[in-house]
Amino acid sequence: MSRPDTVIIRYTVANRVNHWITAICFVLLVLSGLSMFHPMLFFLSGLFGGGQWTRAVHPWIGVVLLVSYLGLIVQFWRENLVNRDDAAWMKSIKGVLVNDEEHVPPVGRNNAGQKFVFWAMTLLLPVLFFSGLVIWEVYFGEATSIPVQRAALLIHSLAAIAAILVWVIHVYAAIWVRNSVRAMTQGYVTPGWAWRHHRKWLWQLAAGQHDKTTVRKRP
Amino acid sequence: MSDLQSQDYVRRSASTMTPPMARSHEDQVAKLIDVSRCIGCKACQAACMEWNDLRPEIGHFEGSYENPLDLGPSVWTLMKFAEYENEQGNLEWLIRKDGCMHCEDPGCLKACPAPGAIVQYANGIVDFISDKCIGCGYCVKGCPFNIPRISKKDHKSYKCTLCSDRVAVGMEPACVKACPTGAILFGTKTDMKDWAEERIVDLKSRGFENAGLYDPQEVGGTHVMYVLHHADKPSLYSGLPDKPHISAVVETWKGFLKPLALFGIAAAALAGFFHAVTIGPNEVTGEDEIEGERVLHESETETETEKLP
Repeated sequence: MSRPDTVIIRYTVANRVNHWITAICFVLLVLSGLSMFHPMLFFLSGLFGGGQWTRAVHPWIGVVLLVSYLGLIVQFWRENLVNRDDAAWMKSIKGVLVNDEEHVPPVGRNNAGQKFVFWAMTLLLPVLFFSGLVIWEVYFGEATSIPVQRAALLIHSLAAIAAILVWVIHVYAAIWVRNSVRAMTQGYVTPGWAWRHHRKWLWQLAAGQHDKTTVRKRP
Repeated sequence: MSDLQSQDYVRRSASTMTPPMARSHEDQVAKLIDVSRCIGCKACQAACMEWNDLRPEIGHFEGSYENPLDLGPSVWTLMKFAEYENEQGNLEWLIRKDGCMHCEDPGCLKACPAPGAIVQYANGIVDFISDKCIGCGYCVKGCPFNIPRISKKDHKSYKCTLCSDRVAVGMEPACVKACPTGAILFGTKTDMKDWAEERIVDLKSRGFENAGLYDPQEVGGTHVMYVLHHADKPSLYSGLPDKPHISAVVETWKGFLKPLALFGIAAAALAGFFHAVTIGPNEVTGEDEIEGERVLHESETETETEKLP
């Protein structure tokens, strides 16, 4: 494979830092949350210094995650607006799954799968945050009635499981579509990557709808 | 309570293993509170504080006989006073000693996420093992009777232990010992039911047609039972639940959701893994790079051409 000497900046430094703060918080929340969800996973609370620490720290990480994700919403909402290409892409999902992208309609900066992850998290994280506040015993234990807290616990668990499933899809897709991880760690993709996975985006870039920093020499 | 291990557990919170239960020859115990014989002296409250070394903060008079106003981390039992006007227009003062009911099927234990923080001994007593408690408050959501209280100081949950430490060495609970009228009795559950039966016959003969035993079957029966003059309307007694049950929300959450969720997450991860080993990665080819470079290069030459004239 020829090694291209030009690369395209896909995620800025701000994008990446914001993403990884969110990611670290999410992983910590999954570990601490699952430890309080299923007895077989209670051992995970050891990672946080025991049950009391897990209980105490989980909601605070949740607060950081929400603030961090709001940053991601501000940075990414525009490129995740749904358009006609998404329907066409979804219809060819079988081709996507078997890596036959030549027969999948070209998409812009994000495909429908990426948009799904973005909007699913945008919906689920505030649900998790507010249901979490209701069951934050230390500060809000007396703020609501017990039936409300019971409902909040069930909603919190359901939303958390949904978010974990979305996260599994997100992580696997990043590994599966090679060099996607590099886009989020080092920030760049190759023209070939853009051509293969986001051809319309590449055309847009080529048509001059980008500033000089978007395309640069390989570092 | 700390863990005395004087008896085997029959139930243990957040545990998928069967607790050891070899020592099975253990009588089920029960405390019987005969509301009709209670005079509201609060000796039981004082005895509870005395035995368990509890000293709740001194509060303010709020115009009620209830003192303090609610159960708390250091208030494990509380006399509740209800004024009820019966059908004849007479006042009845319904006094009930509130506290943990020691359910046979405890909602707190079902909801608890910390292994071994809530246990049920072979004699039926439900006990909180404080050093394992993580202070999450799930027991509060699980309880059908609104009993556990979380301390703001040590973030642990507290409630009546039924003096499990005293019972373990063959003594009756402190409140039972202190009661001056014999309104609180303690013994095997069978004996307590027999005794209650006699009391109910007596109450009925004195005009309380609906007298009866409060031993709600929705939670599998309780190890604290009441003799009520109005057993048809338990809620008259300061909101004693008519039909106490573990909330369906809690049952859903701790019932089928728990295994289903783990299965779902594992299935998603496995689906990814097997996609990786069957279909494999989606990699950029050399051709893609050539095409990509071509698109970019064309645009560069175009921009340069535009600039030239």
